[in-house]
Amino acid sequence: MNIKGKTWKFGDNIDTDVIIPARFLNLSDKSELAKHCFADLRPDFVKEVQEGDIIVGGNNFGCGSSREHAPLAIKESGIGAIIAKSYARIFYRNAFNIGLPILECQEAVDSITEHDKVSVDLATGEIVNKTTGKKFSAKPIPDFMRQIIQAGGLVEYIKNQ
Amino acid sequence: MGMTITEKILAAHAGLDTVGPGDLIQARVDMALANDITAPLAIKVFHEIGRDHVFDRDRVALVPDHFVPNKDILSAQQAKIIRDFSREYGIKYFFEVGEMGIEHVILPEKGIVIPGDLVIGADSHTCTYGALGAFSTGVGSTDLGVTMATGEIWLKVPPSIMVRYEGGLQPWVGGKDLILYLLGRIGVEGANYRALEFTGPVIETLSMDNRLTMANMAVEGGAKNGVFEPDDITASYMEGRSARTPVYYQSDGDAVYEKELILDAEQIMPQVAFPHSPDNVRPVSEATHIVPDQVFIGSCTNGRMEDLRLAASVLKGKRVAKGLRMIVIPGSQYIYKQSIQEGIIEAFLDSGATIGPPTCGPCLGGHMGVLAEGEKCVSTSNRNFIGRMGHPQSEVYLVNPAIAAATAVLGRIGTPDEI
Repeated sequence: MNIKGKTWKFGDNIDTDVIIPARFLNLSDKSELAKHCFADLRPDFVKEVQEGDIIVGGNNFGCGSSREHAPLAIKESGIGAIIAKSYARIFYRNAFNIGLPILECQEAVDSITEHDKVSVDLATGEIVNKTTGKKFSAKPIPDFMRQIIQAGGLVEYIKNQ
Repeated sequence: MGMTITEKILAAHAGLDTVGPGDLIQARVDMALANDITAPLAIKVFHEIGRDHVFDRDRVALVPDHFVPNKDILSAQQAKIIRDFSREYGIKYFFEVGEMGIEHVILPEKGIVIPGDLVIGADSHTCTYGALGAFSTGVGSTDLGVTMATGEIWLKVPPSIMVRYEGGLQPWVGGKDLILYLLGRIGVEGANYRALEFTGPVIETLSMDNRLTMANMAVEGGAKNGVFEPDDITASYMEGRSARTPVYYQSDGDAVYEKELILDAEQIMPQVAFPHSPDNVRPVSEATHIVPDQVFIGSCTNGRMEDLRLAASVLKGKRVAKGLRMIVIPGSQYIYKQSIQEGIIEAFLDSGATIGPPTCGPCLGGHMGVLAEGEKCVSTSNRNFIGRMGHPQSEVYLVNPAIAAATAVLGRIGTPDEI
């Protein structure tokens, strides 16, 4: 599966409070949550994000609260994948569980700049920056996690067992 | 080869003799918990799986604590989802307003989680129960929904980092300062995917409430869990608390640690975490220029009996500085009542503080103390991210309860010795 889009670049330690501030957590409808994604940090995000766009983050992306509302809001906003240097562990798990593709690649993050056009091949982990022509390989996804993605998320995986 | 306490608990719950870092295991869960923010999504997942019962109605705890007493219609609707589900599925540990409190305060208090347990919670501060010698970690709603159905979870065994606190405690230093100091040393990603095991002479005499504070904030370093080996302090805390039999696991002498950190507690002064990260710490002496608009004492980090006792002892007979708002929220119904009996609530009220009902409240900018643009809050809670307690241009400074109380009197950050 290929994902193509423009990138939204973020720094290190993007926490779940800035991804979806707690004042919106009295909602659990994902399309409503998506309207408030990065509400304070990047008010332009929800207005301009397009289907298939890619978030590029630094170290420890998704740290803080366990709120699954964070990856849900990102996924529902139209983001096709996240590329980061590393992820906080609960966010990492949550993203796989809800079927939001996330990749780890230090070199790609350092090289990609805001609004570059990037494509990601989820099967191979190849990341291509169409703007600069540079190619990168993401860290392979553990087999077990791949099985969850192939099943279509954790719920489907459990149902199949 | 020996195992750490974390590895032993995980092995026992996976039906294995030994496990090591990196092993993927399918583990049996002793207690699965969620709150009014995470449970509605978990319940949706549970229904999607299509089971007609939870794996064990005595091993699921659903605690509405974030936006209760309900702050608006939407949060009331969310709490209703949990209430209806708990009734329909016969959930034993559902706590309504009047018997509830912050989940991580009441679950140890009521003996619902015990030493040796494997606890999974849809809340990042689920790691709190490591203080009892349990393995406990936070997950998202999907994981929790699946666990409610199956009673199991897949886990990757984390490598352990041993953190040894040598020496003795400086005045006005508690568990909060020990963990904040560690965060300052390792950073908010310093223990990502790891187990933090706290040990050493300082830990051996540290009270359970202080241990709960430390384990609670293990996640602020990215840790999967924070854990203490159970000892006499654990055993006396557990006395008469639970009908279940605790299991006291100890790390083996030849257990393998990825890293061992030795910290000299004599060098650790009361800590202040500056905006906007819990690892942005400085000793209190470097924070005395900070003049807050609000002081908050409470949360799953520092809303326990000892925390309120300590704060009240500092405040007793003093007045909260003019123009400063002080909010105290006991972590549970029991703590609230005990605080009344001990005269603690009276001391707070006499000093000019206001008391809220047990809830997470302002810690996450929910209600009962949300900050306006440009305001500063000195708080005993756990996170000071951008916008955490309200307006994105507000600021949160994290401290222990004694420093918070002294700050309320002084009108600027300071220690009880300065009053």
